[in-house]
Amino acid sequence: MPVSVLLILGMGAAVGFISGLFGIGGGFLMTPLLIFLGIPPAVAVATQSAQIVASSTTSVLGALRRNALDHKLGAILVAGGFVGSALGVWFFAAARRAGQLDLVIVVSYVTLFTIVGSLMLKESIREFWHRRKGGTVRLRRKAGEHAPYLGWPLRMRFYRSKLYVSVIPILGLSLFIGFAGALLGIGGGFIVVPALLYVFRVPTTVVVGTSQFQIVCTTLVALILHAVTNQAVDMVLAILLIVGGVFGAQFGARMGRHLRAELFRFLLALLLLAVGLRFGLELVLQPEEPFSISVQEVRS
Amino acid sequence: MIVLGLLLLLLSGLAPARAETLITSLSNHRVLINSNYTGTQIAVFGAIERDAQTVARATVYDVVVTVRGPRQFLTVREKERLGPVWINQEQQKFPSVPAYISVMTSRPIEEITSDQLRQRQKVGLEAIISANDFTYGRNGADKPFREALHRLKAQEGLYLEDERGVTFLTSDIFRAGIPLPATAPPGNYDVDVTLFADTVILARTTTDFELVKTGFEEQIGVVARDWSLFYGLATAVIAIFFGWLANVIFRRD
Repeated sequence: MPVSVLLILGMGAAVGFISGLFGIGGGFLMTPLLIFLGIPPAVAVATQSAQIVASSTTSVLGALRRNALDHKLGAILVAGGFVGSALGVWFFAAARRAGQLDLVIVVSYVTLFTIVGSLMLKESIREFWHRRKGGTVRLRRKAGEHAPYLGWPLRMRFYRSKLYVSVIPILGLSLFIGFAGALLGIGGGFIVVPALLYVFRVPTTVVVGTSQFQIVCTTLVALILHAVTNQAVDMVLAILLIVGGVFGAQFGARMGRHLRAELFRFLLALLLLAVGLRFGLELVLQPEEPFSISVQEVRS
Repeated sequence: MIVLGLLLLLLSGLAPARAETLITSLSNHRVLINSNYTGTQIAVFGAIERDAQTVARATVYDVVVTVRGPRQFLTVREKERLGPVWINQEQQKFPSVPAYISVMTSRPIEEITSDQLRQRQKVGLEAIISANDFTYGRNGADKPFREALHRLKAQEGLYLEDERGVTFLTSDIFRAGIPLPATAPPGNYDVDVTLFADTVILARTTTDFELVKTGFEEQIGVVARDWSLFYGLATAVIAIFFGWLANVIFRRD
């Protein structure tokens, strides 16, 4: 693949910086960048999962040391995530065989990013507005107020997270994240964290550690499955991404401490919308070369 | 004995209707390409031998060198507009086509021989690609796909035709340089050398060479293909190692 090593390292560092800044995995930025660069979507998605494994290993180790991890909740999330990951890789292979993988990836990115991006944008603007008026926004949480599906059967007690909820919605969430992660080359932290925080009301102290724990486990499975079923993992590219990302993330994290939270979310929302829009254009604009070749099999 | 020898001599003098014989040689039968490089070249040398009985021809000789790489099963897809978006719709399968084709000629192929002979004998890139055995015919619907395959492969330097690719060093000794890009896949490459004069084929030889890829990236590629579980696990271990390393180096507490 004739892509400059320095460019990949630089991009890894830049994306790592941004991910450190926002405290997110960075897969959702790096995979699209690699695709825009001309790396086949299959390779970009599969290889990026290696970088996600590396960056979430770092955060999980940190969380373990601070004891900011709910093992039980993490285990349930991982169980759902494994199934989702396996389904995602299977779907990935099937779409590839049908010649529609690029379409599936692009459409998923557009949908996911437009929805999440606009929700975040709305939230951050609202928050901004309240702050201007002088009021402070706080999550209102009335006693006993929960979404009804949290009370479904198979309830389980999570002491660390101070939760007593049905495992069905938790499994559902992790299944979706595992699926989307394997299909799109993202960790899914930017969906899991808000979901755990706002829907399940998991305390902030354990939310990041627990979600990273789930991400590292499911992405690890996705990485190995991608290597075996799709043979789309590029080890050299993975190492470049990891090295660039690891260092970038540290500097980003240092910078991040000086940024205000709502500005944060506002910028992140813009970023998501921009990536979604860029993918949308790809889908709508007339391609320069409508034809493409794919190698089914080598006969030697 | 002597009578038999004379008879043989007589027969050998009479038997070949074509008086010219072609002797060819490759500079290498094993070509090594390092995947980091821009590719390499292999040279084909040839000599035309005319036996004593044959009178010299009034016209010059022409040579066409055709190289075909290992076979691949390819699918070519076409993006078409569906509502507001462009998606892959039509497709054409090419069950067994060479991954690499190059045609080197001593002058423009249209001047060497007739259209019919080119089509029948598959002389020239156009003739090879439009031949019936290249893909399924679909009453003309296959044509844009053949053209697209040609175009895309040509962009990669894998399908090429050079009308000045063969040079005559003397009137009956020639040389052709065959460019092999770094993207040329490993495997067996057939080299077909055809001698023309006055638009007819006088002689034909075939030989082959093996292309072998070397270098770090290629070895990794082999592991990724043949040992995919091990490769996946190794990548995972590397990723975890770097994650751990970053945690140790940048420990804040």
